[in-house]
Amino acid sequence: MTRLLAPVVRLLARLLAPVAALWDRFARTLPGRVVVRVFGPTVRRLVSPTARYIYRRLVWMVFLLLVVSMLAFLIFYALPSGDPAAQRAGKGADQAQIDRVKHTLFLDRPIYEQYFHYIKQIVLHFDFGFSYDTNADVAHAITSRLPATISLAAGAAVIWLIVGVLIGILSALRPRSFFDRLVMGGALLGISAPVYWLALVALALFSQSYGVIHLIPDTGAYRPLTEDPGAWFTSLIVPWCILALSFAAIYARLMRANLLEVLDQDYLRTAEAKGLSRRRVVVRHGVRSAITPIVTAFGLDLGILLGGAVLTESVFNIPGIGRLSYDAIVASNLPVIQGTVLFAAFFIIAANILVDIVYALIDPRVRLA
Amino acid sequence: MSTPITADPGQPPVVPLTDDDAASADVARSQRQILWGRLKRDKVALVSLGLIGVLVLVAILAPLLVQVLGLPSPDFQDGQAVNEGGEPLGPNSINPFGVDQLGRDVASRVIYGARVSLSVALLSTAISVTLGTLVGVLAGYFRGWVDAIVSRLLDVLLAFPILMLGIGLASACSIGSGCLGGLITPGVPVVVIIIAIAGFPFIARIVRGQVLSLREEEFVLAARSIGASHTRIMLRHLVPNLVAPIIVYSTVLVPQNILFEASLSFLGVGVQDPTSSWGQMLGDASKNTDQWWFMLFPGLALLLTVLAFNLLGDGLQDALNPRKRR
Repeated sequence: MTRLLAPVVRLLARLLAPVAALWDRFARTLPGRVVVRVFGPTVRRLVSPTARYIYRRLVWMVFLLLVVSMLAFLIFYALPSGDPAAQRAGKGADQAQIDRVKHTLFLDRPIYEQYFHYIKQIVLHFDFGFSYDTNADVAHAITSRLPATISLAAGAAVIWLIVGVLIGILSALRPRSFFDRLVMGGALLGISAPVYWLALVALALFSQSYGVIHLIPDTGAYRPLTEDPGAWFTSLIVPWCILALSFAAIYARLMRANLLEVLDQDYLRTAEAKGLSRRRVVVRHGVRSAITPIVTAFGLDLGILLGGAVLTESVFNIPGIGRLSYDAIVASNLPVIQGTVLFAAFFIIAANILVDIVYALIDPRVRLA
Repeated sequence: MSTPITADPGQPPVVPLTDDDAASADVARSQRQILWGRLKRDKVALVSLGLIGVLVLVAILAPLLVQVLGLPSPDFQDGQAVNEGGEPLGPNSINPFGVDQLGRDVASRVIYGARVSLSVALLSTAISVTLGTLVGVLAGYFRGWVDAIVSRLLDVLLAFPILMLGIGLASACSIGSGCLGGLITPGVPVVVIIIAIAGFPFIARIVRGQVLSLREEEFVLAARSIGASHTRIMLRHLVPNLVAPIIVYSTVLVPQNILFEASLSFLGVGVQDPTSSWGQMLGDASKNTDQWWFMLFPGLALLLTVLAFNLLGDGLQDALNPRKRR
C-alpha cells in the first residue's frame, strides 16, 4: 500500500512546498512564534510517528471495510439460495408483481449500481436498508440484537481470561507435575470438543425440563439485562461457561508455553539472584512479558465474537447478531446479510487495529513502519 | 552440540539437533529419520498416530465394518424401531447406539460419518497447504508488487467473517440445485472448497514470512550464482526448507477443519442428508433433545478424532522443536 501510494505522496509534497515556505516565513514573525509556542506541542503530537501510524491504520480500516462489503455484495449477489424478490412478493405472486418488487428493491439494476447505491445510503444517511422479511431497519435490527451478543461475549471473556491465565501460570510453575498433566489433558479435551456438543451435553445433564438433574433454564430463556437481571444472569451462566471453556483451554496452553519460555531466560535468573522472592520474579518479570501474546489473542477473539457467536447463539437460542446473520443468510435476506457481515468485519478489523496500536504504545520495540 | 548432519550438506538443518540425537550423529541421517526417531520416543504421539490409523481404516472399510458388526445399513429406515409412544428406540440389541428420528441406525451412521469427516478435513487441508505455499512462496520470493498485492488480499480474506462466508457459500451452493448456474453443485466438494479457502491465508502468511528470511540465506545466493532459475530455486531450495513449519501448521489445520466441517453441517448448510456426517447428526440432536443417544455417539466420535489429531500435532511440534521445554 505504502509503495503504491509513494508517488502520490511525493507529488503532494511538491505541490505543498510553497505553502510550507510561507508557513516557515510566518513562524519567524512574532505572532507566528506565539502560535508555534501555543499549538506546537499539539501539532507535534498530531504528527508524531505514533499518531501517523494510527491514522494510517484507520484509513486502511475504511479501505478494508469497503473491500469486504464489495466482496460480500459479489458473493451474496452472485450466489443467492433463492430469489429475494420472489420471497418478498410472497406466495402466489405473479411475474408482474415480482418484477415490481425487483424494481423497488433496485434488484433490476446492474450490480455496481446497487452497490454504489448501498454505500451512498450508508455514508450519507447511515442507512443500511430494510430487512426483506420483517421490514425492520437493518441498523436497528443489528443494534437491538447487540446487547445479547455483548452479554454473551463479555461474560464468557471474563471467565476464560481469568481461568485460562491462572491455570496457565500454575501449570508453568510446576511443569510435568500431576496438576500440570491433569489440567493440560483437560485443556486438550477442551480444544477438541465442539462448543455445540458441550452445550448439548450440558443441557442433557442439567436442563430444567429434560435433564438428569433439573438445574438450568432451557434454551431460549434469554431476557435482556434491563428487563429482568435475574433471568438474564441465570439464562446466560451456562452459555458463558460453555463458550469460555474452549477459549480458556487455548489460553491456558498459550500462557503455559509462553511462561515456560520466559522462565528459562537469563534475566529471570538474574532477578532471582538479586534476591527477589520467587513470587515477585514470576509475577513482575515472568507473567508480565509472557502475557503480551495473550493480550493480542484476547483482542482478536473478542472482536470475532462480537461479530456474532453463531454456534453458541444458535444452540442456546440466544437472539444475538450470530442468529440474525445466520437466519438472514439461510433466507437470502440480502440487506441483513450485508449489514451483519459489515458489522462483523468492522469488529474484526477494529480489534486488529486496536491490538496493533496498544502493542505500539506498550512495547517500545515495535517499529511503527 | 554435534555438527548437524543432514541429507543435503548444502542446506542448513531445519530440524535443530539436541544431545539426545548426538549419540548417533556419526551416522548420516535424513531429517525425516531424525524426526521419526524423536516421535518414536513420544508414547502419546504414537498412540494418537495409531488411533488415526484406526480411524482411517474405519472410514475406508465402513461398508465392510457395518456388515461384520451386523448393523443395518446407514440409509435403511426401520419403521419398526419405535417404542409404544412412536418415539425412536434407544440403544438395543439390534441398534447398539439406538436409531434416529427416521429410524436409521445411529451406530452405522457414526461409522460412515468418519468418511465425510476425515476426507473433508484432509482434502481441504491439502488444498489449503498447496495454495498457501504457492502464494506464500511467490510473495516472499519476488517481493515487490507481487508481495504487496498478495499481502493485501490476504488481509481482506482474514478480515472477512469466515464462518459467515462459509454459511453463505454453503447455503447458496448446498441447498437446491447449486450455485453459479449449476457450476458448483451441492455436496462434499463445496464444503471442501469453503474450508480450504478459509484456511489458506494462514498458511500463506507463515510461508511468506519464512521465505522472506530464507531467501537471504547463502545457499540461495549460491544456487543463483551457479545459474539456477527462479523456479528451480523456489522448488528445489526453498520449498524443502519449508517442510517443517508446513507440517506443524497442517497438523494444526486438520483438527480445525474437522470442527469447521462439523459446524457447517451442524448448522444445516454443510454435508446434506442422506450422507451422514457427525455435525449433521448433532444438528438433529439439537432438535430432538429427549433422545440422548442422538448427540452422545456422534459427539464422542468427533471429540476422539479431533483429540487424536491434536495430540499428534503436539507430538510433531515437540519433535520439530525439541529445545522447547514441555
